[in-house]
Amino acid sequence: MRTIKQINEKIKKGKVVVVTAEEVIDLVAKKGVKKVAQQVDVVTTGTFGPMCSSGAYFNIGHSKPRIKIGGGSCRLNDVPAYCGLAAVDIYLGATALPDDDPRNKVYPGEFKYGGGHVIQELVAGKDVRLEASSYGTDCYPRRKLETWINIKDMNEAVLFNVRNCYQNYNVAVNLSDRTIYTYMGMLKPRLGNANYCSAAQLSPLLKDPFYKTIGIGTRIFLGGGIGYVVWHGTQHNPSVKRKENGIPQAPAGTLAVIGDLKEMKPDWLVGVSILGYGVSLCVGIGVAIPILDEDILRYAAARDEDIYTQIVDYSQDYPQMSTTSLGEVNYAQLKKGKIIVQGKEVPTGNLSSYPKALKICQELKSWIKKGEFLLTEKLASLPTAESGYTFKPLKERPISPVEIQEVL
Amino acid sequence: MINKRIVLHFPSRLVDQPIVYKLVKDFDLRFNILKASVTPQQEGLMVMELSGKAENYDKGIEYLKSCGVKIQSLSHDVRRNEDKCTHCGVCVPVCPVAALEIEPKTRKVLFHPKKCIACELCIKICPTRAMEFHF
Repeated sequence: MRTIKQINEKIKKGKVVVVTAEEVIDLVAKKGVKKVAQQVDVVTTGTFGPMCSSGAYFNIGHSKPRIKIGGGSCRLNDVPAYCGLAAVDIYLGATALPDDDPRNKVYPGEFKYGGGHVIQELVAGKDVRLEASSYGTDCYPRRKLETWINIKDMNEAVLFNVRNCYQNYNVAVNLSDRTIYTYMGMLKPRLGNANYCSAAQLSPLLKDPFYKTIGIGTRIFLGGGIGYVVWHGTQHNPSVKRKENGIPQAPAGTLAVIGDLKEMKPDWLVGVSILGYGVSLCVGIGVAIPILDEDILRYAAARDEDIYTQIVDYSQDYPQMSTTSLGEVNYAQLKKGKIIVQGKEVPTGNLSSYPKALKICQELKSWIKKGEFLLTEKLASLPTAESGYTFKPLKERPISPVEIQEVL
Repeated sequence: MINKRIVLHFPSRLVDQPIVYKLVKDFDLRFNILKASVTPQQEGLMVMELSGKAENYDKGIEYLKSCGVKIQSLSHDVRRNEDKCTHCGVCVPVCPVAALEIEPKTRKVLFHPKKCIACELCIKICPTRAMEFHF
């Protein structure tokens, strides 16, 4: 029908037809897949939610005299960063906490500040306190460093998230008799509430369920700037059960993404505190789906009612690795605000912001219309549903005392 | 009849006095305590629903003021920091009085301060801490 090259030519000429993932639904309902596929070149998708496997690496520049932070320790606003790299390369993870944070000692812990918040402040252009200490070498004699640092003065500041953009997610409930605090939010006892986390009909991987267009090398909207898909995300699990429409019925594909943090915006990278759980980072991601054929459009036009997910108990089943599902619901049901679980009416809440996801779709649409964002061919495919690629649990093998002695 | 939700701040010298009792005894007012934090020799805070005849209600409020109790209307106490709210909606099922609800069309979270009873359940569960308690 059309190629990415042809779409890019239209983008450059300002003649491209782009619609958001929300707009395409109505269009297809009114005109049908065939007609819309002829007219529409690109569908923009988006999602904005907490994505814990996010973080950023920095090259902070060499001090005078030099310090080798690698092998030492380092903190940004008291939040420890990973220092197992070369002299002044550090990686700050979204879930990192200051050493003196009480965590869950006073339960449920508030987790007011951590890696996600530092990343947001850096992106907002705020100065951050850097403290590092190391052991000193002949070539890197300095042992201590304390300085204010700003993102604009760093050599590199790169967002590198190993797992983002989950294709579908569980609905979390609590069957126990006490309130529990999870990464899916506070869950009231005896099915007091049901929390879900997906942009559903706007979400990138749900709109390209077989990864026909999204792959390694795909240019994306990332945190308000430009990023790329660099690999499949960790825990990528394309082989889960799918509905007849091809859409996974449980958490499935994921993306590893990268992009220049200096070009991103604090509206789209937001540090969050999850009561009783920890800190995280809300990441805004948008992907433009090129409509290369009718199938791709049909998938891109999936509606909330076409996308199903599983209800999972987070008091026993999830922590104990049981795969029991308490039932299946679609996102249209979830968005009505109440679902039925075990015969009980349960109010629902979303952790993923639909209004922000929609704004990403619109923003990406405007970039493409203005000719500021060209589409990319994927360089390699993500592991597909037929690949046999799966997400395995840890196989624990006890270590006997004798073996420990041998290692020593 | 009048029915209002108010926040009372007691200076430390008043916390050991039975002031609320007087509202019933002398002014024939009904009260329902929604929240109270009273520690001896420290400032006390009480959130209550107060109802009764308009004339009595005014007299009761006058009495409280004359004792040195500071009074605020409740809706001012929980506020949303609009810059921080991402409109995710995780607060919605937690609110016991539907002061937080989803606007179905835009899916934005609406906050109705008039319905809010300042239970504070939304404050700590908000991932961006957009719901704030103001004294």
